[in-house]
Amino acid sequence: MSLWEYANPVKFMALSGRVLPVVAVLSGLCLVVGLVWGFFFTPDDFRQGSTVKIIYLHVPAALMAINVWLMMLVTSLVWIIRRHHVSALAAKAAAPIGVVMTLIALITGAIWGQPMWGTWWAWDPRLTSFLILFLFYLGYIALWAAIEDNDSAADLTSILCLVGSVFALLSRYAVNFWNQGLHQGASLSLDKEKNVADVFYQPLLFCIAGFVLLFIALLLLRTRTEIRVRRTKSLLARERMA
Amino acid sequence: MKALLIRDLQLAMRAGGGFGLGLAFFLIVTALVPFGVGPQSALLSTIAPGILWLGALLACLLSLDRILALDWEDGTLDLLACAPLPMEATVSIKAFAHWLTTGLPLVIAAPLFGLLLNLPSAGYIPLVLSLLLGTPALSVIGTFGAALTVGIKRGGLLLSLLVLPLYVPTLIYGAEAARRGAEGLSSTTPLMMLAGITFGTIALLPFASAAVLRVNIR
Repeated sequence: MSLWEYANPVKFMALSGRVLPVVAVLSGLCLVVGLVWGFFFTPDDFRQGSTVKIIYLHVPAALMAINVWLMMLVTSLVWIIRRHHVSALAAKAAAPIGVVMTLIALITGAIWGQPMWGTWWAWDPRLTSFLILFLFYLGYIALWAAIEDNDSAADLTSILCLVGSVFALLSRYAVNFWNQGLHQGASLSLDKEKNVADVFYQPLLFCIAGFVLLFIALLLLRTRTEIRVRRTKSLLARERMA
Repeated sequence: MKALLIRDLQLAMRAGGGFGLGLAFFLIVTALVPFGVGPQSALLSTIAPGILWLGALLACLLSLDRILALDWEDGTLDLLACAPLPMEATVSIKAFAHWLTTGLPLVIAAPLFGLLLNLPSAGYIPLVLSLLLGTPALSVIGTFGAALTVGIKRGGLLLSLLVLPLYVPTLIYGAEAARRGAEGLSSTTPLMMLAGITFGTIALLPFASAAVLRVNIR
């Protein structure tokens, strides 16, 4: 019994079919508990008022935006090293979810920033590196969409993911450097994680768990769809041959 | 290796090779900026380093699909893949040839264009230095992008989408070095970071480009 057994699409389909409903229900529960608790049963922050509550969408989404890319990096590596098709398909399936997470983080951040910072957008290092991450996701998805041959597409996008990860990391620190060069010490971002009081923190944990489970559920669903698309294609091809 | 380099250079220099096209594009971008933002010399001299870097970057981007596309179409790339030269070396030579025909002319012409944008006199040496250090990275990263999209019909737009995010660190450090120089500050730190990125990409990225090219030729 090893993890690699699930590189076999049949076994993967069997397991994911059983896991998917459980994860989906759990994710829904966590999200409902976290969001309802967070939105209706926490006090307003004494400086930020009720805008603080956007934290329950913003922070989990931002967390997932980065972790989805990490997951794509791992599955890409697995594809390059061991050539398991399920792994490549999982990376393909994860990218659009990552884009949406990045968008949620950017949009909720803008909505929060408008009353708090007085601006929808500032060229703050964190904001900028998220925008760059968004562009990386777009490029990755566009490359998948542009190549017809499945194996070549998986190969090329995997290498793009590896190279992109290095450059995304470089950009992240380059952006830090660039912004400090512009306005010395004027950091706009709050260190939220460190000063979150327990009242806000507990529902946040639920929301984070909900987002992680939601990602897993969507990922399984999308990977299953991709596998089925492959099967349909090969069935159609076989029919044409006969 | 030498033969390949000379061949690439000759192809680029001769009629229809597109040599000088990047330079002309750079000139046009530089000339268009004052039309866009107004001719006030104080404003122009503030944004000059950034505009010059951006212009150089776009001029580089414009010529990227020429690195491999023509060789791909007429089958030269297949022959090169069978040649005793490893693919990594082929890709590096191609990037080097691209830099010699696109990057180097930009570096040499940049001070002249700086004049057009009223660049402060302290900024010329940092600008040229940063371009000299940074444009090789642009060529090497661009070759990776060209190798990724070589098999795709009309991949030009996709190439830009893939390559531009990869250009971010280079642009940040390069433009920062030029900007600090223009303001009379020391630009040693960004120049060193820029050099780090350039040498890092030259050392490592050809392996990725070669891997990608092998997939595309397969």
